[in-house]
This record gives sequence, structure tokens and C-alpha cells, in this order.
Amino acid sequence: MKSLPVLALLLWICSLFYMGILLFVGGFLLVRLEVNRTSTCADVLPPGADVKGDFCLKEPRFRRAVVLIIDALKADFTRYDPGNTSPRAFENKLPILDEMASSRPSQARLYTFRADPPTTTMQRIKGFTTGSLPTFIDVGNNFASSAVLEDNLVHQLGQAGKRVVFMGDDTWVSLFPRKFHRSLPFPSFNVKDLHTVDNGILQNIFPTMEGDDWDVLIAHFLGVDHCGHRFGPDHPAMAEKLTQMDEVIRSVIKRLQNDTLLVVMGDHGMTDTGDHGGESQKETDAALFLYSGSPLFPTPGSQMEPEVVPQTDLVPTLALLLGVPIPYSSVGQVLLPLFPLNSSLGASMSLSQAEALWINVKQVNRFLETYSNMAKDIPADGLSQLQSHFTQLSSQYLSSVSEGAPPSAELTASMQAYLNSVRETCRASWARFNPLKMAAGLLVLGLACVACFVLTELSLMVLQGSVLKAPLLSGLLAGAAVAACQLFTLGFVEVSWCFGAGALMSEVAFLWRIRRAFTRGSSSARLSVWLLLNPPLLVLFLRCASLLSDSYVISEGRVVTFLLFTLGLYIPLRLNWDGLLVPSPPSDTQKPPGLLPPALPLSTVRRESTALLVSVAILVGCLYLSLSFHSCREEQGSCQPSAFLTPLSRVQDSRVRNLHYILSVASLFAWAFLLHRWLRHYGNLNCTSVAVFTARCLLPLASICMGLHWAVSATPGDSFRNLAELISLAQVVLPRITFGLLGLGLLLLWLDPLTVFLKMRAPLNSRGTSVPPPKYRASTGVSPQAELHHLIPQLYQRIRQSLEDGGSEGDEADGRPAVEAYGLGTVYSAPLVLLCGLLGLGLLLLHAEGMAIAFLLMLLQAAAVLHLHSSSSTLSSLQSHSSVFSVPWAPVVLWSLAASQFFHATGHLPTFPSIQWGAAFVGFPQGHSGTVLPASLVTLNTFASHIMFAVGCPLLLFWPLVHEARGTRTGRSGEDGDDVVMEMRLRENPQQFSSALLQLAARYLFITGAQVLASVCAAAILRRHLMVWKVFAPKLMFEASGFIVSSVFLLVGVTLVMRVDVAVARLFQKLLPENSR
Amino acid sequence: MWDVEIRGMASAHAIIAASIFMATIMPAVLVEKFSVYGTHLVWLYSVAGSVAVVNIAVFWLLGISPPTKKNTLSYKLSKLFRSCVYFLLSCLFFHTVVVLYGAPLLESALETFSLAVLLSTFTTLRCLCILGPNVQAWIRVFSRDGAMSVWDTSLQITTGCSVVGAWLGAFPIPLDWDRPWQVWPISCSLGTTIGFLTGLLTAPLWIRWHRKQLTYKLK
Ligand SMILES: [Zn+2]
Ligand SMILES: [Zn+2]
Repeated sequence: MKSLPVLALLLWICSLFYMGILLFVGGFLLVRLEVNRTSTCADVLPPGADVKGDFCLKEPRFRRAVVLIIDALKADFTRYDPGNTSPRAFENKLPILDEMASSRPSQARLYTFRADPPTTTMQRIKGFTTGSLPTFIDVGNNFASSAVLEDNLVHQLGQAGKRVVFMGDDTWVSLFPRKFHRSLPFPSFNVKDLHTVDNGILQNIFPTMEGDDWDVLIAHFLGVDHCGHRFGPDHPAMAEKLTQMDEVIRSVIKRLQNDTLLVVMGDHGMTDTGDHGGESQKETDAALFLYSGSPLFPTPGSQMEPEVVPQTDLVPTLALLLGVPIPYSSVGQVLLPLFPLNSSLGASMSLSQAEALWINVKQVNRFLETYSNMAKDIPADGLSQLQSHFTQLSSQYLSSVSEGAPPSAELTASMQAYLNSVRETCRASWARFNPLKMAAGLLVLGLACVACFVLTELSLMVLQGSVLKAPLLSGLLAGAAVAACQLFTLGFVEVSWCFGAGALMSEVAFLWRIRRAFTRGSSSARLSVWLLLNPPLLVLFLRCASLLSDSYVISEGRVVTFLLFTLGLYIPLRLNWDGLLVPSPPSDTQKPPGLLPPALPLSTVRRESTALLVSVAILVGCLYLSLSFHSCREEQGSCQPSAFLTPLSRVQDSRVRNLHYILSVASLFAWAFLLHRWLRHYGNLNCTSVAVFTARCLLPLASICMGLHWAVSATPGDSFRNLAELISLAQVVLPRITFGLLGLGLLLLWLDPLTVFLKMRAPLNSRGTSVPPPKYRASTGVSPQAELHHLIPQLYQRIRQSLEDGGSEGDEADGRPAVEAYGLGTVYSAPLVLLCGLLGLGLLLLHAEGMAIAFLLMLLQAAAVLHLHSSSSTLSSLQSHSSVFSVPWAPVVLWSLAASQFFHATGHLPTFPSIQWGAAFVGFPQGHSGTVLPASLVTLNTFASHIMFAVGCPLLLFWPLVHEARGTRTGRSGEDGDDVVMEMRLRENPQQFSSALLQLAARYLFITGAQVLASVCAAAILRRHLMVWKVFAPKLMFEASGFIVSSVFLLVGVTLVMRVDVAVARLFQKLLPENSR
Repeated sequence: MWDVEIRGMASAHAIIAASIFMATIMPAVLVEKFSVYGTHLVWLYSVAGSVAVVNIAVFWLLGISPPTKKNTLSYKLSKLFRSCVYFLLSCLFFHTVVVLYGAPLLESALETFSLAVLLSTFTTLRCLCILGPNVQAWIRVFSRDGAMSVWDTSLQITTGCSVVGAWLGAFPIPLDWDRPWQVWPISCSLGTTIGFLTGLLTAPLWIRWHRKQLTYKLK
């Protein structure tokens, strides 16, 4: 067997996928580290101020503020053009803003308010409260909840003792739990509902304003945004909504007191279709309106007015106006027009422009220093420039202060320039999709899928020639060339581009080479386009298409089960359509018998059909039952998560708890028993190797430990108070023992995977007679009945030769073999089954106890798929024209989709809050010191079903061979040399074996990779979609990590097969003396 | 001979299709506030009933039914009885399959069963009319070389189309469009009906198109 080329090809394909994912994710998922520090009042003391007083205690410019956030208030909505006689639905509907700005220029101002992408509401709320540039993943320590842990305005206001009252969009409450003095959240989820949130605010805002129990009032209206999503901006409903908002603003202004600042703002804009999320100007440009009863702005024309206000600038401005420190991670710049040019001229309380700017510069510089110590994603040369700029500013400002002269205009401009360049630097690394990278990633992934598909169809041809050399070389060259170019032109190397270029080049080279070989090759190997239209691939296509719709992703578990069910029913229907399921009636005499295709014997057909229908029934049953183990997404309104998902310790009712415990333990032992039973049936438990030791002792021991562990962890804490120490000890020790046993088992299995028992017989002295030839026994049983079937003629020939040549041993009279090898017929599948069993136990330990039933269902369903496959391949064995061992698409698609099905059926969901963090504490109730161990435990827990099905994938290749024992060939075993040899057939045909293994693995990779490609496409196409950060981006992350885990464990499974192959070869070497080969 | 048979089938199919349309329009006159979405079950049963009646009448008039060995009344009665039992069993079978596909188990069981009745009317009833209560023959018909007459081929096509229609009808259900036809089982029964109509339309065309390839074994 050509193990090295197979592994190399698989590794190559996997790494192509990895490169594609890396490139795309690098361009799509913007990642930023969260800084967990908060500003304090002491930070903002201006230098040289002798007063030891606290900044926060000084009377601020404004005592109170009303912040009205009108979601998706686009800049266009707020412009007022009296000359426009036939305004569109969204034009001229907010006259109040323009009226105020033009009639009272010193009190009101209207700006364009530019948001940073991603322009989704949650990211924007984070943005204009922290002053930072939130990305999709702000890496902090709060993966599980969405609460903002970074320093923010709401926190600072609370620290300063301000009473913050909130009403509106309930996203705020999940972002700032327990931070508000009072909050009135309204559900924001239903986009079709235009009025609930707004009416809820309207009922409460005016009484609140007239009362005295608030300092800062935040109201977030959602109607305009939902109206945009539902009808688009140019719709009468939008006109109605905007008019309503106009009245709201009017009434608020009427009730406003002189010490109160009014801010009206949109969090983002919208496209012409009413959507948002991306970075086009229509989406980023919102409106900002500032108003106060007392004069706020200098007279117009006295200084430069900013045209466009970046959204980050609101935070420092509000903070300094309200007299609280600027949040730590803010990169904004104070809005200068709101501060007097010189403090002595303006109100004595307020900071002057230069003072405000200086506080701002110092804060930003401090943040930059902290951040660049934590993360390396800001380019170093940019950082050092900024640093020197700051040093220069600092010395200039301090000297001007010590001289007592007001800072010059140049210094102000210089400080502004510094702040601008910091913001630009941060924005370049955090807040910009990289479309080029995304496109390149898509291209690499797409070509990887094509290459993988080619590999599945031409696996034999690919293995015959050394196809891989050229693609690898060209890939390396291209990567190196890109690296060199970057080094010369940019001075540094961006690794992902080098990888991407290498992957792309190597794919192109591979396809080019294959194409050349293809045109020269025989026509029988020709790929047909029709192949893509066969129903299993159609099901795969539907699955991929379903990833492009948010509703389908939300109900993904059911969708996958539906598709699996369809495919499961398709197989028997198809066999019946081909006339293979029912024994064909005795043929008419119309055709000469020679033309009739050879048929299987009736009894075989009947038996296999029954087996097939039974396995379809089991498959269907498992599919249906698995639906009851699903968890619920928050988007699924009326959905109850499965009762089995709660850990036993949290079940209150003791009867339910006992029932669950008994069910779980029963399933656990059924799992161990079924494995043991299978191994014993095929004679794999007869020898004394370490693998058998694993199966016989470690597996049951580990299950017993798990059962005990569940019992201990389920005991209510207060019932056995005197045993508390023992219980807590057991909670640490028992899982660790289980892990240890399973780990030992895996190690032993790797060291000696053979489960073959050889039995030499004493020779009888009756040479040269015509007695039936001695047989070499391949498999199972202890029962002589079964033994008769398992013979290996060709091997036998060799062995007999060698024995005869050796002359020491002779034939036997009773027709029994000279060498018996129990378990040789399942020599490849037994270690794999054992590996799956051990891994399954380990993964089950990381889940809630109730999931044992789901795991048992997984085992049953896997067995049903395997039997379905083996029966159907037996039934169609005479019709198929493909290579001997080739596994058709249908079972591979079934197998691979079952991984997604059981991802859901073990209580997982592709969302970050649903990750089962408890898995990290199994056996480590006190927590961890490092991060590697808990991260890998959680990964193992999340992708348990992916792991199981990926490792077990090669079983699809072996199962029809294993079942040949009771299958086809016995029916016509009259002629000699057609006996059952089970998996030894693979040894006889190493070329076919490796190509079939390569094909199977490539098919599995193709199916998984196609799903990754689909979710990547979904994320790329729908990056403006309302649900992109809630549905598609998490789905992409889970799909991509699932692919990585699957491919790694698929390689583990394939490697184990090769390891067994090596061991078998060694065994035969031992058996056959040198001279006979 | 071919043309005669195909023309006969086309007209039979046209009558059945017309009966579906009539069943959609007629209740609007008779029943108050009738609509396909609002009073869906009424529509469903009216379609199922009319198709059943027309099917039986057409096939009885055309005389397309398996040759009977005995012509006694008791034999006919027992055949009728077995047909009814088979029809009921097929309703239960479809109900089970639909539930396994993900339909709610207990709530709206009536709706699910109505869908099963509709499916049985479009598939099993035609099997009963053309092949008689003979499961062996049904299994035979649904294989590649199993069709023995143009009617068998048309049965293959209409049954396949109805089932695929019902299957496709399940696709819009998870979408969040809040349309009245997304309510269970409206989209599925509409899909079944549309699939059946498509089958009725395509069967004569397909047979005509492939008449060179179709060679039926003599009975
Ligand atoms: Zn928004
Ligand atoms: Zn929106």
C-alpha cells in the first residue's frame, strides 16, 4: 500500500483548505483585543494645576444630557430643502433639526455623523459608548455573554454618580447589565414590528424628563431601522415614522432645561434597500444633532467647522462636557466647536479647547501604549512615528503652560493631527474589511474544492503518477516569490498572502497537470458533468444552499435531519428502481440466457434486502429520536431546549434525576457492550495483544468510572454533608482516572493495533494425499460453523508453498488449516472501531450526562449507515462498474451530514453563547492555570460528533468487506478459490486499496469543504445582511473550525489504517519465511 | 395505436386536472368565506374527494384495471374491501413518514393526516385503480423496467411528481416571511397538488416524446 503518497495528497488538500480559510477569515473577521482598564478621575488632571481637587468634582459644563438614538437615522433623512416641492418619502420629514440649526446657530448644530464598519447596531452601540472601533470579535474574556467589559461612557457616568436612565432597544441591557439607574427595555428582535419599541419609549420619556430622577437619559428608537428593513427608505411608512420622530424631537426640545444637552443621532445609515452592515457611504453616514438651551457654539464662521464628525468623537466630547473621564480605549477626538477657544473668555467652568485636546491626547496616547504592549497588530513603524509625535507635543504643551501663555493655534492643529493619525492607524487595522483578501480566500477555497473533487474521481490515476511534485514546488516558489516581493517593497512579510499565493499556484499547477494527463488518459476515466447531478450530490448542494439563508441556518438541525432522511429513503427507492431490491422474477425465455446479467442468488437478495430495510428503519428511528436532543437558539421563539441537556446536578426533581441517571448509565453500558460484542463476534478478542487488553479491560473500567463520576456529580450538595470532602475528591479523581484509562488505551492501540490470534497446528504425517487442501483461517468465530467461511486462498497458497518447501510441516487430514488466524478478517476495522469507542467515551465525559443517550443513538445510526451501505453495495455489486472497493457518494454524504446532525443532537449550536464551557471543568473543578488545556477540552466537546464521524470514516471502506462473510460469495462458493477473505482482499490488491482509501477521504473532505465554501460565500455575499454578525459569521467560524477538526481526525483515522497495514505486513513477514517470497 | 392511447390518456388527465380546478372554485360558491388558505382543510378534502371520484369514474369507464380472474360478486366485494384497507393503510403510512420528516407529532395531527389523505388520493388511489390491490405489482411498477403499459408509465410519473411536490412544499416552511401559505400543511398540500398537476401534464408529453424507447412487455 502506498501510504506516503496518500497521506501527502490528503495533507496537501487539507492545507489548501486551511490557506483559503485563513485568507478569507483574515479579510473578513476583524479582530481586536479588549483592554480591560478603566480611566479614573485622577488621570485627567491638567498638568500644572496646583489644586489637588478631583476633576470629577468640578462643576461640569452640563449637568444633564438627553441622548436620543434613532436607529439608522441616515444623514439624508435630516437634510431639509424647502425648494423641494415633491419630496420622496424620506425627504424633508425632519424640519425641526434644520429649523433649530438655522434659527439658533449658537445653540444647535447638525452634522454628518460617520460610523465605522461593521455598521450593525450592536457594534455601533459599543462604538459610541467605548469610543473605540469594535470589530466582530473583540477578544476579551467574555466570549459567553455580550456584556461590554471595556471601559465605556455608561460605566464612567455611573462611577461619577450620574443616574443613567435607559429606554428602548433591549440590546443595551444585554450590553450593559446592571449599569443603569433605571431601564425600560423593549424587545428588538422582530424586524417586522415597527412600533413596539417606539411607543414604549413615547409612553415613558416625557414623564421621566419631567421628573427629577435622572441625569442622563438614553432613548433608542428602532422604528426607522425596522421600517427600512421591512419596506426600504422610499415608502410611505418611512415618511410616517420620520414625522413621528420629528414630533418627538420637538416635544423633547420644549421640555429641555438650560443645563441639559440634547444629542439626537443615528447609529448608522442604510442602503437604498434599507439594509446596513457594510462600509458604503450610504450605510456609514448617519446624522448628529446637538442642541442646548443655553449658547453652546461660538458664532458661526469664527473657526473651522468640521463637515463630517466621526462617530468615535462623540465619546470624549460627551465625557468632557458632562465632567467624567474619557473611557480608556477611546480613540476619538473632542469636538472642538463645543469648547471655548480660551477658558478665560468662555464660561469659567468649561475647559478650553487646548485643555480638552491635551486631556484627550494624553488619554489616547496612554491607550495606544497599553494596546501595543498587548497586541502586535498595529504596524511598528507607524507606532514609533506616533510616539515621537506625542513626545514633541507634550514638551510643547508643557512649556507653553509653564510660560502661562495660551497655547498657539499651531499646537492645537498639531494635537488634532496626532489624534487623527492615531484613529486612522487603528481604523486601518480594525475596522476595514479586506475585500481583496476575501476574494483571494474564496478563490483558493473554490479551487481547493475543485481539486478535491478531481482527486475523488481520479484517485487511481493520481496515485499512479507522481502528480504532487510539480504543484508543491510551484506553490513553494510562488509563496517565496511573494515573500521576497513584499520584503523588497514593503519591508515586511505578511504571511497570509504568501500562503495564499502558494496555495493558489499549487492548485493551478495541479489542475493543469491533471488536465494534461486527462486528455492523454483513457476515455473511461472521463469526468462527466452529469455526475454532479446525482441525488446524493444534489442533497449536498441543497445543504450548501441552505447555508445561504438565515432562516435555514437558524433551524439547521432540522434541515440536516430532513436531508438525511431524504437520502436514507432514496437508497432503497433507487435500488428498487434498478430492480435490485426485490428478487427478480424468473426471467422470460424471450431473451437468450447469455444476455441476461448474472443475478445474485435469491436467498442472498432476500437476506440483504431485509438487512437493508431494517437498517433504513433504524436510521430513520435514530434520526427522529435525535431531534429531541436539540438545544434552542434565541431566534427560535417558542422552543424548549431538550431536558437531557441540563446536568443532573441541576435537576431538582429527584425522581426525574434518578430516571435520567439510569437512562444515561444504561446507554453508557450499552455502548461498551455493543463494542465488545462486535469485536468478539469477529474473533478480535482471542489474542493476548495490548489492543485486546484495551478492549477487554480498559473500556469497561473507563465506563464504570464514568458511571461513578456521574453518580457523584449528580448527588445534591446538601444531602451528604459529611461526605462532602470525599465527593469533591471523587469529582477530581474519577474523571482524571477515566481520561487516563482512555489515553492509555489509545496509546496501546497505537503501539500494537493488531488483534489477530495465530494458532499453529501440529503437523500430521499424511503428506501427498488428495485430501482437501489445508486452509488458512481468516476470522472469527469460535463456532466451527462460522470458521468454515473464513478462508484465505491466496495466502493459503503461499503459506502452503512455504510450508511444503520447508518440508517440516504437512497437510492435515481433517481439512483444517495449518495456521489459524482469528480476527484477521477484521484486522483493519477492529482497531478503528475500538478507537471510535474509546474516543466516544472520552468525548461523552465532556458532555452533560443525558447526552449518553444521544451518543448511543450516534453509534446506532453509524452502524445503520454502515449496514445500509454494505447491503446496498452487495445488492448492486454486479451492476457497478467502478473499482472494487470504491465507496459511492451516497453513504459518504450520509456519513458526513450525520456529523452535522449530531453536532446539533448533542446540544450544540453554531453560536458563541451556546458553547458548553462546563466541559473545561470536567476533572478540573478548580479551574486551570493555562489556556491550552481548557481550550482543547472545549474544542473536543464542541466538535465531538465531527471527531467521531471523521475518525470512523474509513469504516465505510471496510464494512462491505466485513459483511461479505455472510454475504454474496458464500452463495456461489462452489468453485475453489472464491472463499471469503474479508479485509484480506485489500491486502491482495494494494493499489486499489490505497486509491479507494484516498478516494473515500477526499470525498469526505470535499463534502465538508463544500459546506465551508458555502458558509464563506454566505458571509461574503451577505456581509450587509441584518443577521451577518448574529448568524452567518458565527456559522462560518463553526463551520471552518469544524472542518479543521474533522480533517485532522480524518487524517488520524487514515493514519491508523496505515499503521495497521504496516503491522499486518510485518506479521506476514514473520509467517512467511524469506525464501518463499 | 400509440396515438390513440396517448390521446385517451391526455384527455383523462385533462378531466382530472379540470376536476381539481372545479374543486377549488365550486366551494367558493357554496361555502361562505371559502379560501384556499383560510379554510384550507375544506379545500383539501374537496380536491381529494373530487380527484378520487373522477379517477375512479375515468378508470372504470376506460376499463383500465387488472384483468380479473373471477367475476363473482363476493370476489368483487372482497377486492373492494381490500382496496379500502390498503387506502387507509397508505394514509397511515404517509402520516408516519410526514411525522418522521419533522411534522409535529401531536398538535395539528388532523392537518397532518389530511395531507396524508391527499397524498394517498394522488398516489395510492391511482395505484388501486390501475393495478388493483396488489402490492407486488405496485413494487414492480416503480422499477425501471416495471411499466407494462402507458398507464403504468403515467402512474410512475404522477406519483413521483406528487411526492416530490410534497417534499418541495416543505422548503418554505422555515423561512421567516410570515406568509399565510407557510402555515403547516398548506405549502405541502399545495406542493402536492401542483406536483400532481405537473405529473398529469408531463406524462402524455413524456410518453409521446419517448415513444421510441418505450417497449412494453406484453401482458
Ligand atoms: Zn442600528
Ligand atoms: Zn437595522
